[in-house]
Amino acid sequence: MDSLLNPHRPPVFCPGCSHDRSVHVLDRALQEMGLRGSEVVIVSDIGCSGLFDTFFNTHAFHGLHGRALTYAAGIKLAQPELKVIVTMGDGGLGIGGAHFLAACRRNIDLTLMVLNNFNFGMTGGQFSCTTPEHASVSSGFLNVLEKPFDLCHVAACAGAPFVARSSVYRKDLPELLKEAISFEGFAVVDVWGGCPARYMKKNPLSPKEIEAAIEKLPTYQGVVSSNVRREYSSHYREAAAKDRGIVAWQDTEKIFEPTVRERREVIFLGSAGQRVITAGGLLARAAILAGMNVSQKNDFHITVMRGPSVTELIISPQAITYTGVEQPQVIIAIDREGVRRCWGLFEKMKKGGKIILAAGVEIPPSPGEILEVDFKAGGIKKKEMALAALYLLAQQRDPITVEMLEEALKQTFKGKMLEEARLVLEKAAAIPI
Amino acid sequence: MGLHFIDGNQAVAMGALYGGCRFFASYPITPASSLLAAMLETLPAAGGTVLQGEDEIASIGYCLGASMAGMKVMTATSGPGISLYSENISFAIAGEIPIVIVNIMRQGPSTGSATRGADSDVQFMRWGCSGGLPVIVLAPADVSDCFTLTVHAFNLAERFRCPVFIASNKEIGMTSQTLDLERVEKPPIVDRTLHESGPFLPFQVNPGEDVPAFLPIGGPTLVRQTSSTHGPEGYITTDPSEIQAGVERLQRKIEANIESFSYLDLEERKGARTLIVAYGITAGAARAAGTELFERHNIPVSLLVLKTLWPVPEQVLLSAAEGLERILVVEMNLGQYVQEVRRVLCNQRVDFYGKMSGQLIAPREIIEEVLGG
Repeated sequence: MDSLLNPHRPPVFCPGCSHDRSVHVLDRALQEMGLRGSEVVIVSDIGCSGLFDTFFNTHAFHGLHGRALTYAAGIKLAQPELKVIVTMGDGGLGIGGAHFLAACRRNIDLTLMVLNNFNFGMTGGQFSCTTPEHASVSSGFLNVLEKPFDLCHVAACAGAPFVARSSVYRKDLPELLKEAISFEGFAVVDVWGGCPARYMKKNPLSPKEIEAAIEKLPTYQGVVSSNVRREYSSHYREAAAKDRGIVAWQDTEKIFEPTVRERREVIFLGSAGQRVITAGGLLARAAILAGMNVSQKNDFHITVMRGPSVTELIISPQAITYTGVEQPQVIIAIDREGVRRCWGLFEKMKKGGKIILAAGVEIPPSPGEILEVDFKAGGIKKKEMALAALYLLAQQRDPITVEMLEEALKQTFKGKMLEEARLVLEKAAAIPI
Repeated sequence: MGLHFIDGNQAVAMGALYGGCRFFASYPITPASSLLAAMLETLPAAGGTVLQGEDEIASIGYCLGASMAGMKVMTATSGPGISLYSENISFAIAGEIPIVIVNIMRQGPSTGSATRGADSDVQFMRWGCSGGLPVIVLAPADVSDCFTLTVHAFNLAERFRCPVFIASNKEIGMTSQTLDLERVEKPPIVDRTLHESGPFLPFQVNPGEDVPAFLPIGGPTLVRQTSSTHGPEGYITTDPSEIQAGVERLQRKIEANIESFSYLDLEERKGARTLIVAYGITAGAARAAGTELFERHNIPVSLLVLKTLWPVPEQVLLSAAEGLERILVVEMNLGQYVQEVRRVLCNQRVDFYGKMSGQLIAPREIIEEVLGG
């Protein structure tokens, strides 16, 4: 196969730069694999390694510093047949550390070539996450204070199934790259080289010295057998093909005549564990069974198993514009936590409004008509309280009826859940008021 | 068909599926997480891809890669995530990468209140990235809009090859409403224009056009994408005239076409002296206030609900406000979009009412404001 180098844009690195060698090594690997330019994308980011994509006649994606792995993953998931090669420097690797770890864990079929030259060359030779502590760089004494990391070790720990370290001068580097590119999964190749313009001025680094330094480190030569597993994108496609999705977005047909002619505002004031939001959803469904417009908004702590739980519903034959509750016709007050959150609502209630109040819950003065209920005495558990209160509301036929509630239960729950819910209604029906 | 009962985030997911979304990546954040859940419940089964990114920067990055590989893509977050998207948003502008970005706005500043709504980011979405070039921002007022505007957002992203925001709000995204899906407006689907014949230059525009034809990375023709200042070939340019022409085109392709995507509702009442301007969740309260003012106080007030916020639909504002004595802008913040209204209607009285307490603005507050003016 022919070279994939772009004859109109020859590499323009500084004299003696190891990147120049890396470009040719990569080209040789691609040639020997018999790949056409249209079968390859080179994804690069910022810095001298970010010039790589311009030297090749392949697809090219040049993006933000440290983010190349993210673009590459998106491309690979969309175009599974494409060979996706990412070039990043040690600078980009540091800034995109989270993406590096995620790529190792996720195992999408990408090849990451780290052009590791121990400094930020383009911005003036500052230290990077791989700069040795003893090196003299343009960040003053700062690099002395920070320990460099062994990116191969990090990659292997994070789950990369193919990790290799090599000097850019090694004769068999094209072979290693071919192996990495052919590997079905995330492959990291840590290519060590020198930056003559910045790093090497104060830190001489001959090919021999690079080789010697690599020898002192743990060896990574390719497949990390303990990390070998299924490649993400093919695994994803297989899992997605089995995924049947949801059936929750079903519509609810109108089967009852409307019970109200005007907007009703109903608010449940409870606490976590009382299934307040579920009861609100049942009220909504029951009303929709009569063709009503409904809105429901919920308020709860981010620690969902503790604290107040409030659900506000508007039920209206007309279109609902404002979704807030201002003057509720019904307040279902079943726990002091919810009551406290909405203390001010009680006095705003209009005359004729109804309050279904759990015995023992303190509420402020209100013009509403109070129906105090001893749920505990009726054998109603905490998690059944909101539904039991809803049943008592339905008994009053405004804004829903018991028949509507029963139908809503039937459409919402199945099997044991439905039986349990029906039992709650029976217990609620037996409570002496 | 009966009524659906879904929240705004689910309606955005429905609209995205209808609009052709094939790839969705996002990082969980309240109040946008339920959109991630809704996409996960539907898109894989429909043959698309859902990815939970390791962070927000990655999530939008995955989308940009997939979009350049030919897919219609969407991501979703809230204000704190938009901050992290910023650099990639300006990349999407510069690289002309179609993407829909859903912002379920919540109470700021900073971490703010995760479960409280606000219109926190109305200026931020427009100005929150380097370069200052325009983006499109659409603001749904209810669940039905969430569906329709998401379809529009995909269409606009494809048509102009640019990022398009859906500026939703916790109060829309996480509030369930009945929706008659048969009656919801379903715009026809638009796909990005593909390059057909002749040599392909990734950022070349045909004479008289402002949007380059697209080819996907991974196809038989080589494609270049770059975040750097580039000429038609997609290589870095240092030619000042080419640079200037490039950024002017990016501005023009969006701003010159605003009249073709100025979505709005205008309720004009005879004899009105005041125009209420609202958007998003506050539009419902403004509508209720307008009805009550007319029916109970016999005061006719007109209402303009803007559904395209950026670019500012200046002609819409000028024409809706013509001849009126007072313009009242109502929004769930301390006064963001009112600045645009004041700029456009500089010869008219423009008042502001807003708050950012995590509570909805109620119709009675708007009524008091109208009566008190």
